[in-house]
Amino acid sequence: MASELRITIFFDPTLYPARMRDMLHLDVHNLSTGDPGDASRAQGQQDTALPDGAILMADRLPPSPVMQLSHEWVAEVAAIAQARDQSAFAAVFRHFAPRVKAFLMKSGADEALAEECMQDVMATLWRKAHLFDPTRASVSTWIFTIARNRKIDLLRKYARPEPEDLPWGPEAEPDQEDVLALQQESQKLAEALRKLPQKQRILIEKAYFGDLTHGEIAIETGLPLGTIKSRIRLALERLRHNMRHTTK
Amino acid sequence: MTDVKHHISDDFLIGYAAGSLPAAFDLVVATHVSLSDDARARLQAFDAVGGCILDEMAEAELAEDSLAKTLSLINDNAAPETPSYAKQSKGKDPVFPAPLRDMIGGDLSAVKWRPIGMGCKQAIISEGKDATARLLFIPAGQAMPRHSHRGTEMTLVLQGAYRDETDRFGRGDIEIGDESMNHTPVAEAGEDCICLIATDARLKFEGLLPRIAQTFLRI
Repeated sequence: MASELRITIFFDPTLYPARMRDMLHLDVHNLSTGDPGDASRAQGQQDTALPDGAILMADRLPPSPVMQLSHEWVAEVAAIAQARDQSAFAAVFRHFAPRVKAFLMKSGADEALAEECMQDVMATLWRKAHLFDPTRASVSTWIFTIARNRKIDLLRKYARPEPEDLPWGPEAEPDQEDVLALQQESQKLAEALRKLPQKQRILIEKAYFGDLTHGEIAIETGLPLGTIKSRIRLALERLRHNMRHTTK
Repeated sequence: MTDVKHHISDDFLIGYAAGSLPAAFDLVVATHVSLSDDARARLQAFDAVGGCILDEMAEAELAEDSLAKTLSLINDNAAPETPSYAKQSKGKDPVFPAPLRDMIGGDLSAVKWRPIGMGCKQAIISEGKDATARLLFIPAGQAMPRHSHRGTEMTLVLQGAYRDETDRFGRGDIEIGDESMNHTPVAEAGEDCICLIATDARLKFEGLLPRIAQTFLRI
């Protein structure tokens, strides 16, 4: 892990959209050698120990792993989208590239194909960064969908049909409470997945690696998906509402 | 947004999120999700499970020049990708959502229909070894041609509406049938009904001749 370079965000730039670009650059260039390992190791325990609302105070608190967790990678992707920031991209790459490659290899790709496909996924991330909507997905989720689609295109040698994009892009300055809420829901889901009985968790992983046929996929995941569904539904409604008002 | 009343079940959304559905079913799911915010939110929740799994992966070792190669890929294709909503032509609302238009190469007028009797028409648009997708056109007020289900059949309404013993199905609605289901859908008066239908063509016959017949009849 010594070679890993992990950006530490000492403030929460997504709470300050107007100041974001300047500050983020500062952050990325000056603070990029912060310790990589401890923060991510501590995340799991600290997350649950904090009372509700504590994360909202983050901008007034000293740096803590929770802050990183609460907006994990959202600021970096915003920096790629808005400033074509290569240092932010390098940071996202160092975290996600080895995971995407591992996911592809688990899904049946050999090492060389997984490497090539992963590079393609990460390049797509760069090109599509302006389409990422942090009120509807975590960065992990978004990258997962890119990797999954690429995997299917490669395995089946045809472009898989994807749902139509919404008739407009994500908002330029999304409501920060919505962003926070969705990112927190994603962490709770990750926590719930970690706490599942091992047998069930392995089954879900197998389904996502493509080891189960459609008929074998159990309908009941055992995961609390209700809240995150409602969150995404709410974000969609808000987008449609705002759109109607801006076009009239 | 269409007022969808009959939603897709979770198992198809998980299958789509995991990427394990036959191609024809992928098309129906992607088209349905394009018409239903509810299905979109549910699908994105299952995508989120995939995101959690990705985050928990043990890291694979990268090639030495991995980042440099990726950066050169980026520099080769510097332009940000244009989203499909930006490519849509203004004007009349299309009958088919984007995934279906992409598959056909256009909207309703691009479909190559073949008459199947009683004024009904069909067009096979995706045929894989494990499943087939077709469009079906039923004139307003007309009964759907009698057909028996083999395996699973997904029916998504794109225009007009039909009724069967269970309920009414309008634009965006989806009905899942299995072998035990025996229904006689009738298109509502007023507007011709167009549906996207996917069936998994599990071969039940062992012999060569029935298989050829099956291919010929495209059942």
